[in-house]
Amino acid sequence: MTAAVLFSKVSRHYGLVKALDEVDLEVLEGEFFAMLGPSGSGKTTCLRQIAGFEQPTSGHIEIFGETAEGVPPFRRNVNTVFQDYALFPHLNVTDNVAYGLMIRGVEKKERYRIAAEALELVALPGLGSRRAGELSGGQRQRVALARALVNKPRVLLLDEPLGALDLKLREQMQEELKTLHRQLGITFVFVTHDQNEALSMADRVALFNEGRVVQVGTPQEIYRQPNSRFVADFVGSSNVLPPDFVATIMGASRWASLRPESIRLTQSGGHEAIVIASNFLGGSTRLALDVGSLRLHAIVPSVSVVPAVGEKVFIEWERQDVHLMEEGA
Amino acid sequence: MSSPAEAILPGRQGVLRRLADTLWRHPRLLLLLMLAPPVLWLGVIYLGSLVALLVQSFFSIDEFSGLINYEFTLKTYRELLIPANFDILVRTVSMAAAVTLAAVVVAFPIAFYAARYARGKWKAAFYIGIMLPLWSSYLVKIYAWKLVLAKEGILNWIFAKLHLTWLLEAYLSIPVIGGNSLSVSYTGTFLVFLYVWLPFMILPLQAALERVPMNLLEASADLGGSSRQTFRHVVLPLAMPGVIAGSIFTFSLTLGDYIIPQIIGSSRLFIGQAVYSHQGTAGNIPLAAAFAVVPIVIMGFYLWMAKRAGAFDAL
Repeated sequence: MTAAVLFSKVSRHYGLVKALDEVDLEVLEGEFFAMLGPSGSGKTTCLRQIAGFEQPTSGHIEIFGETAEGVPPFRRNVNTVFQDYALFPHLNVTDNVAYGLMIRGVEKKERYRIAAEALELVALPGLGSRRAGELSGGQRQRVALARALVNKPRVLLLDEPLGALDLKLREQMQEELKTLHRQLGITFVFVTHDQNEALSMADRVALFNEGRVVQVGTPQEIYRQPNSRFVADFVGSSNVLPPDFVATIMGASRWASLRPESIRLTQSGGHEAIVIASNFLGGSTRLALDVGSLRLHAIVPSVSVVPAVGEKVFIEWERQDVHLMEEGA
Repeated sequence: MSSPAEAILPGRQGVLRRLADTLWRHPRLLLLLMLAPPVLWLGVIYLGSLVALLVQSFFSIDEFSGLINYEFTLKTYRELLIPANFDILVRTVSMAAAVTLAAVVVAFPIAFYAARYARGKWKAAFYIGIMLPLWSSYLVKIYAWKLVLAKEGILNWIFAKLHLTWLLEAYLSIPVIGGNSLSVSYTGTFLVFLYVWLPFMILPLQAALERVPMNLLEASADLGGSSRQTFRHVVLPLAMPGVIAGSIFTFSLTLGDYIIPQIIGSSRLFIGQAVYSHQGTAGNIPLAAAFAVVPIVIMGFYLWMAKRAGAFDAL
């Protein structure tokens, strides 16, 4: 199978700033690929390279086996859902959606038919005559999606498309995007800084930090087997255990990660800890614990008796839950 | 714990405080106070004189005594339609249209550059470059152009040095736009109008282009639009309010000007000159008023057409 998008040693420099630093990346055909990272980590720059808005300073990009660098955006069969939607304010919804068809010279009747279909696909029928400015954030998002899909792109790029929506709408859109992806079978490349979004939606996730890809893998791999302190910390805020502590419990002097939900409270035995803070999260409670010189976070079910701040507790975890990371001491 | 701070802070005492509080509680009163002087100025002085002008145009002049006959009549407007006067209208409107069109074409790339690419120092240089001509006297600029365009002028000299005098001669021999020399041709008048009014086109256009978000251009390219298509379908429609604002300036300023065509151009009259001569030496105030009404009507019609064509849709 050919890769939908292939980056080899792609760098993008702005003066002295390395927005992308020798990035190697492979997005497979038909997969839902998430690019995750904090702001300024290079994930959006990476997306803009695929769209063609920016050219790499060095390196090579292929889209479905064809060289992409030097090819302008309008000759790439790749469409983008922009972060703030970028709907044309002077056009109504139908004309926004039909824009790509109008550009390609599809006659009016035909393009309005296709646009109406696309609006139906994103569950937004009957709003065609409205202006972009008259729509809610969620509706604009759907229009932007319909507009990007109407050209039948080989790759759909989504640049933090759910960032501006409130939580409930965001969760709904996440579901709909996943359904849409299954329905259409095209490659989705999704940029987000929200690890939950990336983990719940994507087939594979690339984690970016400071212009580099630090880990690529399935959500399970990224979550269970982070390869560095950064990944462990960024994805689900794992406990990072320093090498000297790991040496005492595992015998290996390596950095390791321990998920907060792997820590259990016991009556006695295990490690002694002092509760520093306790946050009630509904079904579970998040505890901050002092274990000697170490600060650990634990997520325990709220059904058990939750210890109060300042109380002494005993904690333990399974040996296999401690994940030794590639990053050395 | 020390004593808590007061919940309501004491203000300044006296009349001023009471006035400030009253204005704060009645924002409409404040608005009224601020708007009253300009509204009086615009409403009474400007609109008043405009109405007076309009009324004058419906009077007529007694051909024998030269006195104004204060009776409502359309006779003066009929007079506008006699060939000598109607030529003036056609000439002026054609010139204004040509100047406006050329100003859009010349101003667009400059405004686009300033709005999209110029930053910091270059932006400052742009503003100074555009505004500087506006700081010097209008008459000085026109006479400077006279020196450039005259038969013994700089342009002729350059053409001669380049052995292209024949080209200039060929151009000047074209009827209507040609003439004895550039400084006494419609081309000369056109060039000077274009130069003098250009800043009034560039500035609104630049402001309009600056408000076009960059990502709309990217969205258009993303959906397959080449640079030309993006310009045609996104940039131009969104910049249209700026084009209209600029064209209101260039169009109406050209319609009303009476100095440029007098100094540079053939001696044929423009509306402004007609108004000037009729209200002055000829003493035909009604006809002068009727001439002056024409640009107002044309501008009203122009804006109405622009609105109908959707030029303000992007606002």
